[in-house]
Amino acid sequence: MNEAVKVMKYGFFDLLRSRWIFVYTVFFLLITGGLLTFGGDPNQAVLSALNLVLLVIPLVSLMLGLSYYYYTRDFVELILTQPVSRPAVFLGHYAGIALPLALSFLIGTGLPFAVYRAGNETDAPVVFSLLLAGLLVNLVFSALAFWIGLANEERVRALVIALGVWLGLTMVYDGLLMGFIVLMQSYPIERSLIALSLLNPIDLSRIVVLLQLDIAALLGYTGAVFQRFIGTAWGVAMSLSSLVVWIVLPLLLALRTFRRKDF
Amino acid sequence: MVEVASVEKRFGKLDILRGVDAGFEGGKITAVVGPNASGKTTLMKCILGLVLPDAGEVRVGGESVRRNPKTRAQIGYMPQKAQFPENLRPKELFDWIQDLRGEKSSLTRSLIDYFELEPFLGKPLRVLSGGTRQKVSAVLAFLFDPPVLMLDEPTAGLDPLASSRLKDRMFEERARGKTIILTSHVMSELEEFTDEVKFLLEGKIVFQGSLDEVRQRTGEERLERAIARMMEGGSL
Amino acid sequence: MRFAGRVAVSLYLLVVSLGLAVGQRSLEVCSGCEFTSLHAAVQQAAPGDRILVRGGVYREGRLLVDKPLSLLGENWPVLDGGGEVEILTITADDVQVRGFVFQNSGVSHIEDLAALKADNVSGCVVEGNRFSNNFFAIYLAGSEHCSVRNNEVTGAATSEAFSGNAIHLWNSSSIRVEGNHLSGHRDGIYLEFVQDSSVTDNISEDHLRYGLHFMFSSGNEFRRNTFQRSGAGVAVMYSKETVMVNNRFADNWGSAAYGLLLKEINDSTVADNTFFRNTVAIYSDGSNRIEVTGNEFLRNGHAVRLLATSMSMHFTHNTFTGNTFDVTTTTSRSYNDFAENYWDNYRGFDLDRDNIGDVPYRPVRLFSMTVENYPQTMILLRSPLEQFLDYAERLLPVFTPRAIEDDRPVIGKP
Repeated sequence: MNEAVKVMKYGFFDLLRSRWIFVYTVFFLLITGGLLTFGGDPNQAVLSALNLVLLVIPLVSLMLGLSYYYYTRDFVELILTQPVSRPAVFLGHYAGIALPLALSFLIGTGLPFAVYRAGNETDAPVVFSLLLAGLLVNLVFSALAFWIGLANEERVRALVIALGVWLGLTMVYDGLLMGFIVLMQSYPIERSLIALSLLNPIDLSRIVVLLQLDIAALLGYTGAVFQRFIGTAWGVAMSLSSLVVWIVLPLLLALRTFRRKDF
Repeated sequence: MVEVASVEKRFGKLDILRGVDAGFEGGKITAVVGPNASGKTTLMKCILGLVLPDAGEVRVGGESVRRNPKTRAQIGYMPQKAQFPENLRPKELFDWIQDLRGEKSSLTRSLIDYFELEPFLGKPLRVLSGGTRQKVSAVLAFLFDPPVLMLDEPTAGLDPLASSRLKDRMFEERARGKTIILTSHVMSELEEFTDEVKFLLEGKIVFQGSLDEVRQRTGEERLERAIARMMEGGSL
Repeated sequence: MRFAGRVAVSLYLLVVSLGLAVGQRSLEVCSGCEFTSLHAAVQQAAPGDRILVRGGVYREGRLLVDKPLSLLGENWPVLDGGGEVEILTITADDVQVRGFVFQNSGVSHIEDLAALKADNVSGCVVEGNRFSNNFFAIYLAGSEHCSVRNNEVTGAATSEAFSGNAIHLWNSSSIRVEGNHLSGHRDGIYLEFVQDSSVTDNISEDHLRYGLHFMFSSGNEFRRNTFQRSGAGVAVMYSKETVMVNNRFADNWGSAAYGLLLKEINDSTVADNTFFRNTVAIYSDGSNRIEVTGNEFLRNGHAVRLLATSMSMHFTHNTFTGNTFDVTTTTSRSYNDFAENYWDNYRGFDLDRDNIGDVPYRPVRLFSMTVENYPQTMILLRSPLEQFLDYAERLLPVFTPRAIEDDRPVIGKP
């Protein structure tokens, strides 16, 4: 574990020196700061920031995750010539990209809210859930990026797959969900819908944030099953643990590949 | 010191190593030679544990390499083409490797001076020339004074001065009983300092022995010609 | 007409009170006073007398006031019903009750037991009392020209079946309900068959059912009240000529909560109210000819929800900000109109700088139509897909109803 931290530390500092991570942080600072300064209503700002969490973070985590993976592939080879175990290298390597990305999101989004909050009423739970969701989405898609990178030596192929995953989870999945609802309208599908939403990390993080906002009441307005699930702490716990599974599962799969890989 | 037993490795449809048996002893410089794509680098990576053999076993200092990162503490490795975290500086790289291994090296200073790296210590690795990067790589290989040194095409890209310093260093290490494994395309160079040759062809070791034995077998005085003859013959 | 009526009432009250002041006696009730029981004092009193009750707890069962008396509490005397009886029943005109604490009235499923009930009277005044833990608190039946002012009413209602309303008006007219603070009952203010009355400056909150509930009551005014955090908001039904101005409907937030539910309300005005964080701010079913103007809709789930049966509702000069859905409807046709409202979701421009957007705004979004037809799609709320749909619809509007549009949307928040 100690070794993993050391590996992470250097990946981390290496990344902090690259322009990308700086640009990424400033991007969030500008957008969130702008939303709060010119948007007026802090709740509206949370909702706009939620769009970033749902669209931009997955894409950036996948793309930066992949390029970082390829960029450091030879470097990993160097580490592996040292007496360090592969799981330690892998975890350190993953944390080395996932944590700086997460940190720049947390700073870029959290800081404007913290500053803005000084003089205005903002719902702390809403902002907190937004930051939590963004953090988890970051970790999920960095893990996916690593898995995709490890499974594909060819960059272009990996890039296409990553874009497919992004489009699939942000748009196509919801489209299919909508089709399912329309087709199965006359059946009691609420339970399956909840289960299906738990399967998609983007839907999950959206629901985690909206539970603090309007979706709870509006869903309750449409059906009692939703209300029973979503209105409760159990619903929140369930959503969060599903997100954690979404981080751990790709990581374990990627680790398996990493341990068996030839460099 | 290093034993390779019936090691097989296949990448997709390509059989790279097809049952390699070889031993590398201390106090000797052993060259692994063979045509391009004969499996030289793969064999070295198997010893390092970077490539996991499909069959067979590699032992370093008596311990199996598989899932045993400790064996790498005994090996200093200089790859064909060194890759580094590009934003780091050589100084930081040396510090980091020591930090990573949790081990301070008393040799850092002398190695830096020996390979004349002082002027480059504060520059990001990405701006350094190929030769300078090779020197950085050499420092890393010697840094922890390991009992085994594996050098993959060590002199490629080095200027004559650095190249001769590296060779001197190898002789010193040999004299101190180190096991030195290297590959090279430059046969004249190998002639200079190789004690033993292992000839790898199509994934198998087809010949191993001292330089004299090579000359005797082939009847050629020059190593380059001797090797060429062996390659033409396919095997002996 | 109404104004003349009010002047007449005021004059009448003035004359009556002046007249009473002349021959008025004062009877005192306390543990060491002439009367130790309120009951006895009421029996002994002559019409027009004043009964002064000093601090203490009085458990006297049901107290009947059948002559015009003025009951005045000093240092908050407590009238305790012991959870069994109706505490005070008024059957005479011009009875005034001030300064008492009413607590623990009886609970019954057969009759509407109240802490204070006025039955078939005129000119009653209930002012500055405190009510706690009663079934019904203030109950006026078949009465007129009464005022209920500045009372503090708290209930501990936990189920609708075991709770009554804080202020319950039945079959009454010309009642003024003013400045009361009501909480924790079934309904805060309930009116049924009530005419020409006004409800002003009250705060009605945390009720199980409605903050305000009225049925079959016409010609009433509701001004400057706050209705908040009630189980199902505010509901007004089967009434006409209702004026609702300057009220605040807030945090009626739950799965079946409304800010203002209009059910078959006709010829009424809803103006200058604030709707903040209600699941549905205005829900209109079968309502006609209603002016909805100058209201602010802020952060509601549905700001306006129109059922197909609503017609000739005019929405003008309202402000819509931060609502999940601005307008939802069950029909693609509409006989209601919108003009010169401010919509924060409006993306048009104002090239001629007249503060009116150059292209119309359609407040019904494609996604809200989808939710209307397939309610479960609500789970896709604020998903990238939803935004994609709305964006596509904005470029190529084919699904959203043309009938509902504001062709003069205001630019810039008023």
